[in-house]
Amino acid sequence: MTHQSAQAAGGQTPGSEGKRRKRKPGSLVAYLYISPWLIGFIVLTLVPFVASFIYSFTDYNMVRKQTFVGLANYIEIFTKDPVFVQSLRVTLLYVVIAVPLKLIVALLVAMLLNVKMRGISIYRTIYYLPSILGGSVAVSVLWRFMFMREGLVNEMLSYFSLPPVNWLGDPNLALFTITLLPVWEFGSSMVLFLAGLKQVPAELYEASKVDGASRVRTFFSVTLPLLTPIVLFNLIMQMINAFQQFTAAFVITDGGPMKSTYLYGMMLYDNAFQFFKMGYASAQSWILFLIILVFTFVLFKTSNRWAHYEDGGDGK
Amino acid sequence: MRRRKLWTVIVLSVFSILFLYPLLWLISSSFKPNADIFSSISLWPREFVWDAYARGWQGVGRTNFSTFFGNTLLLVIPVVVLTAASSLLVAYGFARFKFRGKGLLFTLMISTLMLPDAVIMIPRYLLFKEFNWLNTYLPFYVPALLAVNAFFVFLLVQFLRGIPRDLDEAAVIDGCNSFGILVRVLIPLAAPALVSVCIFQFIWTWNEFFTALIYINSVSKYTVALGLRMVLDNEGAVNWNQVMAMSVVTILPCIAVFFMAQKYFVEGIATTGLKG
Repeated sequence: MTHQSAQAAGGQTPGSEGKRRKRKPGSLVAYLYISPWLIGFIVLTLVPFVASFIYSFTDYNMVRKQTFVGLANYIEIFTKDPVFVQSLRVTLLYVVIAVPLKLIVALLVAMLLNVKMRGISIYRTIYYLPSILGGSVAVSVLWRFMFMREGLVNEMLSYFSLPPVNWLGDPNLALFTITLLPVWEFGSSMVLFLAGLKQVPAELYEASKVDGASRVRTFFSVTLPLLTPIVLFNLIMQMINAFQQFTAAFVITDGGPMKSTYLYGMMLYDNAFQFFKMGYASAQSWILFLIILVFTFVLFKTSNRWAHYEDGGDGK
Repeated sequence: MRRRKLWTVIVLSVFSILFLYPLLWLISSSFKPNADIFSSISLWPREFVWDAYARGWQGVGRTNFSTFFGNTLLLVIPVVVLTAASSLLVAYGFARFKFRGKGLLFTLMISTLMLPDAVIMIPRYLLFKEFNWLNTYLPFYVPALLAVNAFFVFLLVQFLRGIPRDLDEAAVIDGCNSFGILVRVLIPLAAPALVSVCIFQFIWTWNEFFTALIYINSVSKYTVALGLRMVLDNEGAVNWNQVMAMSVVTILPCIAVFFMAQKYFVEGIATTGLKG
């Protein structure tokens, strides 16, 4: 991409050395250009952000006029709401299983793909394909048909004379079955890892070879440390997404059986858009926000210890 | 080395069959009789059934998939165009101008990438309800017009920064104003990035389920995502091949766009991801 523009630059500006700073970049013009985002940010992000915080201290339910109830929502959530506890528990479990598993698969496949070979891009395309279907209903439908009691996976098991497994009906298994879906869609993390792998200087691999390091050793002391910034970025973005997962749980299991796949996103949807308990749901959304904030903060803070930046972490 | 490559090919092929199998099975099942779908794991139907598509297309009740597709296009196309236009203007402002508060605003924009939607969706919903925008596509159009998704702005900012400023200056000498620079110089060069923006937004909006679920409530305005879910609820226990046929139909446009423009996907992710 960059050399394309560099070529064009060479073609169109033969020696524009004279740097005449004639153009006074007027602030007003700049604000005009960014005005769509600025308006959108204030009206559709900042105001709702503050508003949901305020709603979280009210009993707003779209029927009668809202009144300020102080911390009542929060107190109820933490002391009298077993559904919240259950939902938070399965959501944490989901995030802690799905995100690392996805990144491990993404990294392994990226390493396999990191060879110079004709036709390798075909494989990259194939592995990327599931992730473009992302949160589509069709994929959730597919998952349901694959893992239902008389579904494809059990049919495969019986092919090997294994007993059928109740993938979606067993409360101890359903969450795991749902977790496999985002793992299957590892494409975008894989592309990031692949780009990172291509940046690893070949000298480092040669030096490691000269030192007689095994391939496993080279991975852990050369490749992985250089990839840690990408691991950190992926961890954070995937974690934020995973905490808000909705479609899979909603379409595949509808939160069941026995609320074993009742993810946080579903609970928010039910409280806000089924029961219209807007104040209560706002409080729950702020709790989710704070949980994500703490996770992000911890990842950033501890990353000083495990993420490696070649230029001391100050690239720009 | 040769042998290692051979092994790589073998491992990659085995894995790709494993990962593609669910999708291939979905497609093949849409041509199988209902009784055969779960009784054999073979991808080749023993007996081809062609009417699952025609019958599935009829949908539920009086609304068929022609309506759902028409609605989805009516929703997706303006969203894609508005997103590309607004994100480009905003990115241009951030990439090429100096102004007061730029650092702070840029940081705020990037931080919205990490702001969970869950925490703003309720007031946003109430706001749109106040405007009487429920059961219309305005809750999709307006955020696109206002470049609310910072991912696209960021992608374009990164790309514009890579275009040498000498070109802008040459255009100024030729008498271009700032908008002329954008239109005549930068848009042609940024075309690959704009294509990335369009295809990402196309696929994401096409598949969008949650937002459609909360804003659209009459069946005649359903998108394919909502329509498919309704069909699943009604036919999911009996007419499997119809549900599968409609699943194939709903993901087909995404797969087509993906294959036509797959290099832009990879570049789009690499442009934003690595420098994030």
